[in-house]
Order: sequence, then structure tokens, then C-alpha cells
Amino acid sequence: MAIEGADIIKAAAFLGAGLSMGLGAIGPGVGEGMAAAKACEAIGRNPQEAGLLTRTMLVGQAVSESTGIYSLVVALLLLFVV
Amino acid sequence: MEQDIQTWISVAAYSGAGIAMGCGAIGAAIGEGYTAAQANYAISRNPGASGDIVKSMLVGQAIAESASIFALVVAMILLFTNFSTESYVTVSVVLSAGLCMGLGAIGSGIGSGFPAGAACIGMSRQPGTSARLTTNMLIGSAVCQTPSIFALVTSFILLFTNFSDRPLSPTWAAIIGAGLASGLGAIGSGVGGGLVAETSCEGTARNPEMAAPVTNIMLLGQAVTQTTAIYGLLISFILMFKTFPASDSLAPSMALLGAGLCMGIGAIGPGIGEGLTARSAVQWVSRNPKSIPELTRSMLVGQAVAESTGIYALVIALILIFVM
Repeated sequence: MAIEGADIIKAAAFLGAGLSMGLGAIGPGVGEGMAAAKACEAIGRNPQEAGLLTRTMLVGQAVSESTGIYSLVVALLLLFVV
Repeated sequence: MEQDIQTWISVAAYSGAGIAMGCGAIGAAIGEGYTAAQANYAISRNPGASGDIVKSMLVGQAIAESASIFALVVAMILLFTNFSTESYVTVSVVLSAGLCMGLGAIGSGIGSGFPAGAACIGMSRQPGTSARLTTNMLIGSAVCQTPSIFALVTSFILLFTNFSDRPLSPTWAAIIGAGLASGLGAIGSGVGGGLVAETSCEGTARNPEMAAPVTNIMLLGQAVTQTTAIYGLLISFILMFKTFPASDSLAPSMALLGAGLCMGIGAIGPGIGEGLTARSAVQWVSRNPKSIPELTRSMLVGQAVAESTGIYALVIALILIFVM
């Protein structure tokens, strides 16, 4: 079984894509969960402001999501472009 | 020096048994230690309730222990079974079964410690509610154990299915990937489910009239928390049951190993995050029962957003399996 350079590069790209998206999902998952946890706490304390709090939560989560999207983009680049 | 298949299978089986029991001991020990610490604190607050508290500590610890007993069972099977020596695929099968159960027991062991600890504290505050608290603790811990049961199922399927007729490459990578997807994927959901059950026990003690809605919202929150472990199980089933064409090159193997790693690691964060969200929501259901609709809504919206990265990991894993 002869393994060529191009094959090794492709293999590394596939493994890298998996690791990129896998590890990249940890931070946003925990971070967005924390944001939502604090929003639930705040809504429990002050239910009248539920709309404002949900909006703030979603904006905060969207920012925290960005690193997850970077991981997704890098994984897709590794799979389809590199 | 000649090594035959039997040598390598023994090497993998013994390493797998070590990994299964070594990693499998981490979670249960942490969870049970946490429970015992909380029980001590609870008894110092209310020595009169020590009988109930010790009983509930032991019941809670017994449930947390079950994850590591699964690991012990898998380790024993690995040590004392004669595996088929037809193909080198068996080497990866026995290693993967050990990895899967060892990693899969971590989350459930840690998670089950949280509700048991909270139940002990609750009994010291409100000794009258101990029956309700025990019921709630048992439901919550049982749901915490499900990810480790997923890992056990995957290990058993790996151990008792004959993969010898599959081509060595890339089947070895698919098998290792399957173990990692189920095993790593169970960590987040196990810890997350425990976080939810913790405040549910606390809430039941704080406000016993609200026990029913608290348990309901806990189950809803835990159900969402379990989804990422189910994605891991799904990917490991695909990797185990799909037959991949033989290939001499390295790339297809790495695609399948990458898919398993991607889904397994990718499930950890969302599982813990969704658990944190539901934990706070359940806490405030007992404190402020009037705002249950708002709390449930914001919990589900928040969990849905936290789930998104888990879904990205699922998508990348599926692309790696079916497109590459």
C-alpha cells in the first residue's frame, strides 16, 4: 500500500476539518448557554422586561456564535477548497 | 520478532480495558464526592435530619456509581473474552469499545452527583419534603445516566457484532470514530442533565407546592440537553452499520475518524451550555411561578441557539461520511 503526498494532505484536511468544527463547538456551546442562563435568571426576577432581555440575550449569543461560525467556515474550506 | 493478529488483539483489548475503567472512574468519583460533601454540609445545618440525608446520599451515590459499573462490565468483557482473530479490524473494535465506555461514563458520573447533593441540602432545609425530593432526585439522575447507557449500547454493539468481513481500511477508522462519537458525545449531556436536576431538587425543597411544574420543566430542559448525545449516537450508528468500500489510501479513513471526533467533541459544549440554561430556568420556576411561560420560552430559545454549534458539528460529520 503506497501512500502518496497528495493522499496524506487530503487525509490531514479531513481530520483537521473534523477537529476544527468539533473543538470549535465547545466554546460557543458553553458561552451561549451561560448567556441564556443569565437571561432566564433576569426574566425570573423581572418578567416585565422579558422582551428586552430576550433581545439582549440573542444579540449576545449571536456575537458568541461567531467563533463557531469561523470553525464551520474553516472546516468547509478544508473540505471543499484546500 | 513476529507478531500475529492474536498479539495485537490482546494489546488492544488490555489497553481498552484500562482506558474503560480508568476514564470510567473519573466521573462517578467526582459526582459521589460532591454528594458526600453536600451531605456533610446538610447534616451540619440540621443534624436531626441526618437519617434521611444519609439515606438519600447513599441512593444518589448508587445511581452515580452505575456509570462506572458499566465501565467495569465492559473492562471485564475485554479482559476475559476470546475475540475472533480473523481480521485486524478486531484490534480497532476492542480498543474502540473501551474508549467509548470509558469516555461515556465521565459525564453521567459527574452529573448524577449534582441532584443528589442538592437533595441532601434540601432535606436539611425542609425535612418534610424528603419523599418528594427523593422522587425528583431519582427522575433527574436517571435522565443523567442515559448518555452513559448510549455509550454502553455502542460498546456492546461493537463487541458483539462481527466486523471481520469488512475491509480493514477504512473500517478500522469508522469503528474508532464510532466509539469516540458516542463516548465523547456523552460527556456534555451527562454534565448538563445533572446541572438541570440540581436546581430542580433545590426548587422542590424551596417551594414544595411547585414540585410538579419544576419536575416538568426539568424534564423538558434535560430532554433538550440530551439531543447532542443523541447526535453522537446517530453518527456512531452510521459509522458502525454502513459498509464503506475498501480503499488503499489514507484519506477515506481519516474522513471517518474525523467525523467521529467532530461529532463527539462538538457535542460537549452545547450539552453543558444547554444544561446551564435549563438550570437557571428551573431555579426561577420555583422562585417565581407566575413567569413560567416567559421562562420556558426563553429557556427553549436560548437552548436552541446554544444547540446550533452542535448542529454544525453534525453537518460536518455527515459531510465527512457521505460526501467525502
